[in-house]
Amino acid sequence: MVTNPLTKNIDMSRPPLDLNAYEAASGYQSLHKIAAGLSSDDVLQQVKDSGLKGRGGAGFPTGLKWSFVPRGEGSPKQKYLVVNADEMEPGTFKDRLLMEGDPHLLIEGMIVAAYAIGASVAYIFLRGEYVVAERALRKAIAEAKEKGYLGRDILGTGFDLEIILHTSAGRYICGEETALLNALEGKRANPRAKPPFPQVSGLWGKPTIVNNVETLCNLPGIIGYGNEWYHSLTKGKDHGTKLFGVSGKVKNPGCWELPLGTPIRELLEVRAGGMQDGVQLRGFLPGGGSTDFMLPEHLDLNLDYEEIGSVGSRLATGTMIILDDKTCPVGMVGNLMTFFSHESCGFCTPCRDGLPWVDQIFKDLEAGKGKESDLQVLLDHVDYMGPGKTFCALAPGATAPLGSGLKYFEDDFRRHISEGKCPYGN
Amino acid sequence: MAKIIVDGVEYEVDSDNNLLQECLSHGLDLPYFCWHPCMGSVGACRQCAVKQYKDADDEKGMLVMSCMTPATDGAIISIKDQQAVQMRERVIESLMTNHPHDCPVCEEGGECHLQDMTLMSGHNYRRYDKKKRTHRNQYLGPFISHEMNRCIACYRCVRYYDDYAGGTDLAAMASHNHVYFGRHQEGTLESEFSGNLVEVCPTGVFTDKVFSQRYSRKWDLQAAPSVCTGCAVGCNTTPGERYGELRRVVNRYNSEVNGYFLCDRGRFGFGYVNSAERLKVPVRQGDGQQEELDANEAHQLVQRLDGKIIGIGSPRASNESNFALRNLVGDDNFYAGVSAKQHAANQLILELHRDAAFHVPSVREIESCDAVLVLGEDVTNVAPRIALALRQSVRNKAKELAESANIPQWQDAAVRELAQEDRSPLAIFSNYASRLDDVASDTVVAGNQKLVKLGSAIAAELAGESASAGLDEAERELIGRVAQQLSSARRPLIVAGSSARSMELIKVGANIARALGKRSGNVIDFALLLPEVNSLGLSLLVQKDKDLSAALGVMESGAAKHCIVLENDLYRRAATSEVDAAIAGVDSLIVIDQLATPTSAKADIVLPATAFSEHEATYVNYEGRAQLSYQVHRNHSAARPAWRWLCENPAQQVEELVDRCAESVSAFKGIASLLPDLNSMIAGMRVPRQSHRYSGRTAMKAHVNVHEPKQAVDSDSVMSFSMEGIPASKDATVLGASWAPGWNSNQSISKFQDEINGKLKQEHCGELLLKDKQASGDFFNVTADQSDANNGLEVLPAYQIFGSDELSAHAPAIRERMTDAYLSLSPQDAEQLGLKHGQGAGIAGTDYVAIVCIREKIQPGTVAVYCGTEINPHDLPERIVLNANADIAERGIRGLIVSDLLEESY
Amino acid sequence: MSEMIATSGVRPRQLTPEEIAEIEHEMTLYPDKKAVGLEALKIVQKHQGWVSDESLLAISRYLDIPAADLEGVATFFNLVYRQPVGKKVILFCRSVSCWIMGCESVRAAIREKLGIDYGETTADDEYTLIPVPCLGDCDNAPVMMVDEDLHRRLTPEKIDAIVAAYKDANDQGKGA
Repeated sequence: MVTNPLTKNIDMSRPPLDLNAYEAASGYQSLHKIAAGLSSDDVLQQVKDSGLKGRGGAGFPTGLKWSFVPRGEGSPKQKYLVVNADEMEPGTFKDRLLMEGDPHLLIEGMIVAAYAIGASVAYIFLRGEYVVAERALRKAIAEAKEKGYLGRDILGTGFDLEIILHTSAGRYICGEETALLNALEGKRANPRAKPPFPQVSGLWGKPTIVNNVETLCNLPGIIGYGNEWYHSLTKGKDHGTKLFGVSGKVKNPGCWELPLGTPIRELLEVRAGGMQDGVQLRGFLPGGGSTDFMLPEHLDLNLDYEEIGSVGSRLATGTMIILDDKTCPVGMVGNLMTFFSHESCGFCTPCRDGLPWVDQIFKDLEAGKGKESDLQVLLDHVDYMGPGKTFCALAPGATAPLGSGLKYFEDDFRRHISEGKCPYGN
Repeated sequence: MAKIIVDGVEYEVDSDNNLLQECLSHGLDLPYFCWHPCMGSVGACRQCAVKQYKDADDEKGMLVMSCMTPATDGAIISIKDQQAVQMRERVIESLMTNHPHDCPVCEEGGECHLQDMTLMSGHNYRRYDKKKRTHRNQYLGPFISHEMNRCIACYRCVRYYDDYAGGTDLAAMASHNHVYFGRHQEGTLESEFSGNLVEVCPTGVFTDKVFSQRYSRKWDLQAAPSVCTGCAVGCNTTPGERYGELRRVVNRYNSEVNGYFLCDRGRFGFGYVNSAERLKVPVRQGDGQQEELDANEAHQLVQRLDGKIIGIGSPRASNESNFALRNLVGDDNFYAGVSAKQHAANQLILELHRDAAFHVPSVREIESCDAVLVLGEDVTNVAPRIALALRQSVRNKAKELAESANIPQWQDAAVRELAQEDRSPLAIFSNYASRLDDVASDTVVAGNQKLVKLGSAIAAELAGESASAGLDEAERELIGRVAQQLSSARRPLIVAGSSARSMELIKVGANIARALGKRSGNVIDFALLLPEVNSLGLSLLVQKDKDLSAALGVMESGAAKHCIVLENDLYRRAATSEVDAAIAGVDSLIVIDQLATPTSAKADIVLPATAFSEHEATYVNYEGRAQLSYQVHRNHSAARPAWRWLCENPAQQVEELVDRCAESVSAFKGIASLLPDLNSMIAGMRVPRQSHRYSGRTAMKAHVNVHEPKQAVDSDSVMSFSMEGIPASKDATVLGASWAPGWNSNQSISKFQDEINGKLKQEHCGELLLKDKQASGDFFNVTADQSDANNGLEVLPAYQIFGSDELSAHAPAIRERMTDAYLSLSPQDAEQLGLKHGQGAGIAGTDYVAIVCIREKIQPGTVAVYCGTEINPHDLPERIVLNANADIAERGIRGLIVSDLLEESY
Repeated sequence: MSEMIATSGVRPRQLTPEEIAEIEHEMTLYPDKKAVGLEALKIVQKHQGWVSDESLLAISRYLDIPAADLEGVATFFNLVYRQPVGKKVILFCRSVSCWIMGCESVRAAIREKLGIDYGETTADDEYTLIPVPCLGDCDNAPVMMVDEDLHRRLTPEKIDAIVAAYKDANDQGKGA
């Protein structure tokens, strides 16, 4: 059986498989099952039972999310599926691989999801800079339409689906699902209050599911091969495989599909080839820029939502950013703060006005103008911009590397102040 | 009733509200910025954080934003919790990183919500030592100044301006801490309600430009509760005076009338009070000579007139002045100072008021109507505050949808998102495109004949009669749709009135409302709009047949020896030639007014009158609501309230006059209840017009005399020209500028409300004079006015919020927004007549010239004429012929904001 | 929408038939016009290089979206240019992985080679340098995009070659 359902067709040295080749590689099986009579309730149940969790960062169970969409008689006719393909989390480069490498997998996943929730229109909200992915997706969508896998009354099921590719104009906050919906509606991409959740009132006020690219790419396998197979993939508590990436000063940076529960050490030392010569591992962000630092002592933990959570961090996107001992941790956190501060949408106070202050302090620290009192301001902001205090998860995301950086690398912060310069020569 | 516990104390709450609103309703101090009582919650500022506990055993609790958390039964929260306190302080600290330290030079200082909340939060030391971001400001027109550096990005301005008031030219721009609230490019804010930004903005980003030019702190203003005299809605205001000058007008909360908002005419139209053109002394004039009269001599002169005197009253004068004139000249000699047509319309409207089938709704009630038909009224330009209310009425659909989706009404963004463009029906049948068309479900722009025809068809449809005669298919569909919307509504509303100058249209409105009532068995909301502040009050004082034509006839015939004209320019009310002839027919013409007019120019005696802020008086608004407006400041010239010229006692007290009016005119019997009883005041102490912080009183006249003059004594009212007395603290009986400890801004109003958005404690919302209903009448037999369709174009009256009102048109700020007289024409007619947009056109048979304004939606064969200050509308025949004329008046129509111009005027 | 009372006198320009055709196509994909606003801005930018006031007003008029709202959207998104940009736009990733891998030295090389830093355009209007959040190619850091071309594993030395290659292509294009 297949053990790498997400990447089995991907070979970046050639163009992605076209529809026929994809189908020859047992693609669109899930669609054929639907055509053969699999009901949308069955699909929903199967996805619930699969234990699939969202791969965009938050890790919310996908089937449960879908189940909040009103179903049956009396529910709104128009529903939407929206693909969050606005990959912009610092250090994250997994969805790009899926879209550039195997666009039909995403389309098949979208068909499954749209069928399950009863959406007849699906938007792919694609990051504007992903021009290669855009071309690949446009071609694949055209092929699927041509073949009758998209459009009206797909394969005689009575199920209609139109996929519309929307390219964004660059804004990290669009990764937040409700901000994304506002952007799709042509508005400023400020996030919306929840509740009401998009499942009830989403795009244009209609029930809407927003799923990440990788999440949807899990669906063809789940429906095609079944849950028994899907449950056999994992090495840990969470189900399925996941894309994991490593960037930073390692010998072989890259992105691989591994079973959940794979030890971190295997990812870093076997897949990524370990640290480059001359540098040592100092710490790492396990799942993109909004996760807490982990330390070398955590290498033997497994890549599992719960296990990573047990040391105060999050698996999130599963793309790891490596901090080595020759790189300034203050500079690294400062870089992230510049990013978050710039990408704040400007709606709520702690994020809009807190992050620039934090960012400015980092700039002062790097310039050797830091003060002892700045550290207290930073600590205060970790609390002030934390979960529940801001309107959305952007600023709390920023506090993850900030708070853990202050905790683990306090000496480095102090040296910037006492030495009046960056000890790493930045 | 649900209960919540706040810091250990139990409160009864409405669980449909959020925690913030309930806390404020119970008088608790909890700071906030982005929440607004009228606009609900969006959760942007994070200022109102409180600690919420799961249950009595939960000791840890969780921070929540009280504005975004429902006040569910059993909720346990703490405002005083240390973490919550710290969060709120940090939010202020954040906001202060970019807010400048410019309170001393900021117009908001002293009534700044940000100042109040900063103090309340405890933030008092600035740790931020980095550079502040700065913005460029924009020119936003004559009303509003812009200072973006003060912005704390609460998003209230755009939520008010765009979402609430329907403006399109103010938006949030850029992002992160560069967010900017402004126009796409510099220019005048287009909304007729832009002035509310001054009060909606919690700090000094949007400030009152007119006030800035002659600025004073709030605490240094002498203020009193007043009523706007700009139109017949009667919004409640608080004018503020300093050094004998009226400095500004701000909103005064009245739960039934204006709520939290005014229109820009009301806010910025007071400037004439300070005008150098004000009449200051009584004069005798004639043969190009003027002679000043001693005031007492002038008073005696009026009192001792011999022979038959007739009096011409005024819809812009108070009940008391009109009543005093009526008393002086006698009931039979008292005439309405409005045209025959207007008077007839007013009388018809009065009749409909008394009809048991109808209810004339308050502004608040209009907001709750869920299907509206507007017949022939340009509401935005005639009764602007009602237009803002109609804009809210279309949102009832959204509220209904939200309710069924279990989204609380206060979740403002979520409710809007859910409803999208789904609105309650608003059908507008008008003479020209209106400023509410953007939220209308159907619009018909046509001449009165067609509007009458369509309206009659709706009435017929609702009455179950055949309605299709003479209608094409599209019209039949329209009629069916509107009839269906009205009949299926929970609370339908018909809006009609006198502005289209068509009695038939009012009758059609009545027929529709009556048909609706007969179907449902309900009393139907029927808003009848009138043009001026006291149109209705005047009508109640005048006999049915005593219109201006009758008065002019009496004058011309020589039957009257003297004529007293009260606060009125007859050349705005009747044809020039008729007025000329009438004036020539009397021995003496006595004019009492605030400003010189073409009528006063012809007078033998001119007596100066005080303006609205200089005397206490009552007015009756469009719904028959009598309201008391207090004197704010003294007039230091020889001007007197008109009634003091007219009553025998030159020191006549207004309250006694009110009582007399209540006794002698049955319709006014309720009016005496408007007067607060001095005996009910604490220890008989008066209510001060000056705040307890009023400064510089002893030095005010120091440039004249270093001795502090004795404070003037106000014998007229329960208010004093002083700081001494018992100010309104939690008693809103006589509430001018609201203030409560820790709450210096207008947000302090919540301390005076029963509950948020509720009635003021002890408030007098005014007295409805027309409560007594008579039996329900019959359907009117309506026939469309017939006129000769072969000759010229049908004249339809057009109105402008800035310019159509006589007195506010003298305010400098308003003048900057006025246009010249214009003629709105269809493209077809313009082409046929060889007229070009922006050109002048002469009106045949007159000397008048007006600017051609070509508008897509005008019905061919009609011309909507805005007369401005140049044209006497009564000089125009019902149909006019236009000639191309190159003369263009000075202002042009650049400031005209309408949706259907074919060419731009800039 | 009402008429603007404008003081600057900026007037909408005429949209080109190509722009209109593309905007019309987008209008078939969304249930309301407002959603097409951002798409229209991108379309105009594709054709004009940037979004001028005249273009913004033209879109506002065409889609009946208030200019202020459209400006609010245009200024919200990083990739809508409200100022003129060079013929080529360098989207330079300055996010964390690229930073760790030395993007600052590449930035310095660009500054030296082209004389521009973030937000600046070369004197010959050839290049504009714009910093962007993570380009999602972190295993190839540092990276940048020049128009639609992604350049990976950058070093200061590579900048010379990249600029030279564009110059050659440009010269050839002119010759042809």
